[in-house]
Amino acid sequence: MTDILDLTVLEAHNAKMAGEFSPQEHADAWFEAAGSDELNAYLWQNDRGAEAAAIEVEQDWNAPIAVKDIFCTEGVPTTAASRILEGYRPPYTATAVRQLIAAGLPILGKTNMDEFAMGSSNENSAYGPVLNPWDRERVPGGSSGGSAAAVAGGLAPWAIGTDTGGSIRQPAAFCGIVGLKPTYGAISRYGMIAFASSLDQCGPLTRTVSDAALLLAMLQGRDPLDSTSVGIEGGVSLPDREDLSGLRFGVPAELARDAVDAGVREVFERTLRKIEELGGEIAQVSLPNAEHGISAYYVIAPAEASSNLARYDGVRYGMRDGGDGDLIEMYETTRSEGFGTEVKRRIMLGTYALSSGYYDAYYGQAQKVRTRIAQDFSGAFADVDFVVTPTAPSVAFKLGEKTDDPLAMYLNDFFTVPMSLAGIPAISIPAGLAEPEGGGRQLPVGFQIAAPAFAEQRLLDAAYALEQGIGFDARPGGQDG
Amino acid sequence: MIEREQVLHVAKLARLRLSEDEVETMVGELSGILEHVDRIGNLDLEGVEPTSHVVALENVLRADDAPWQSLPREVALASAPEPSEGAFRVPSPQAE
Repeated sequence: MTDILDLTVLEAHNAKMAGEFSPQEHADAWFEAAGSDELNAYLWQNDRGAEAAAIEVEQDWNAPIAVKDIFCTEGVPTTAASRILEGYRPPYTATAVRQLIAAGLPILGKTNMDEFAMGSSNENSAYGPVLNPWDRERVPGGSSGGSAAAVAGGLAPWAIGTDTGGSIRQPAAFCGIVGLKPTYGAISRYGMIAFASSLDQCGPLTRTVSDAALLLAMLQGRDPLDSTSVGIEGGVSLPDREDLSGLRFGVPAELARDAVDAGVREVFERTLRKIEELGGEIAQVSLPNAEHGISAYYVIAPAEASSNLARYDGVRYGMRDGGDGDLIEMYETTRSEGFGTEVKRRIMLGTYALSSGYYDAYYGQAQKVRTRIAQDFSGAFADVDFVVTPTAPSVAFKLGEKTDDPLAMYLNDFFTVPMSLAGIPAISIPAGLAEPEGGGRQLPVGFQIAAPAFAEQRLLDAAYALEQGIGFDARPGGQDG
Repeated sequence: MIEREQVLHVAKLARLRLSEDEVETMVGELSGILEHVDRIGNLDLEGVEPTSHVVALENVLRADDAPWQSLPREVALASAPEPSEGAFRVPSPQAE
């Protein structure tokens, strides 16, 4: 019989329809696989497993799913990988997760992440780092590192994560899978623990572009509980484009000049040739303000975070410490004990940027840069259909390699942050393997494709055609035991 | 770039109590990050509209009825570190 775990969700669906195995057998196989997590990908697992999975045969896409621990799930521990929320069981479920449950998807578990989604390596989890399934001495990327490692490591057929400045796309690239950040507003943020509210967006992490489309179709929609949600007009269907003829792909002149590892650059260039082989056209575009993306992002995101994280004060939920003193002392002790180093750093940065006398110079100025970056993309899309870049400047780096240098860690988000600031959709697909700088076994390289707001269907169609052309094998086990 | 006194002031605003080591580290790291961020300070963005929200939306309203039930009191209190008499109990704000 076919090994169930080798199949994508779409392939498994077809096999179930052909009677090769039952939906229950499919779910059981994944619950068993998830139970063998050696990557620290899960923070909580659904031990009711197959019983809870009680699958309806009529349900179409009912493959079990892994959910980033940033989504509130009623009665189920939800920590955002922070000590301050240890033991918290929310009284309600996030809309995105509710829609998956309504579609018949059993929840395999909650996945590890950087604390409150702040990080690019998953090393900021209060519950230990996640290991990259391709090389366990390396990071899986972040902040949705647990979701990416679970999918790449055969611990989940698919997963959801969140992306604020690259937190879906970069871990997808580091783990050799597909990660999609939809347009801001495509999916409800209700019940998603807030980091930077004007940037946060939920999205799929999957083995293939087709599976990402299936998941996005279930997740998207307007939600009365999130007034910034609008959904995707016309919905989302399975991509079926076979070539790229008539499509123009823009390579930003400015981004190309920046430091990209030789191996990553080689895979990127090879992918551009592949686009041309498939009938697409490569053009140069100009995004003159994109180089200021990191600066603007690391003002806006911490500023919004410092405000959002004010709610963790030891009063209504989560941990409390220092309750023997006065109120201020309790607040300070709780927050100082409950938050990790990176979260404190960003709260400090954001509070500083918003403090009296600095607001205009930092937050105000960053919001204007944001306008300029959005205008750059609008200008580019007048000429091309998509903008393409490497997803990250390097392959997965080693655990501990960047933990002492926060700025170096932030610069890893160089290619993903501009799309977040512009609110536009972007997908990372695995494009090949490259040797890390300094040597070592070959690791996945992600290729990022960005499209105009709400053009997800066109984006998925093009990504699908390119994915077929590249023919990447997304299983780490295929290269190394 | 950023002084020790400023770090202590911002920590107070953010309700964080930093250890001596954390203050030292924070002075260095925040200075480094702000130095990078300050590059946008020199851009001439006179007359550029700031963006606070990327999707064009206005006046998202609903009918003036009660569309959903709020959480029952006991459920809202269930996760509180110290619920008391149907409320959230906190230490006195008066310093002893």
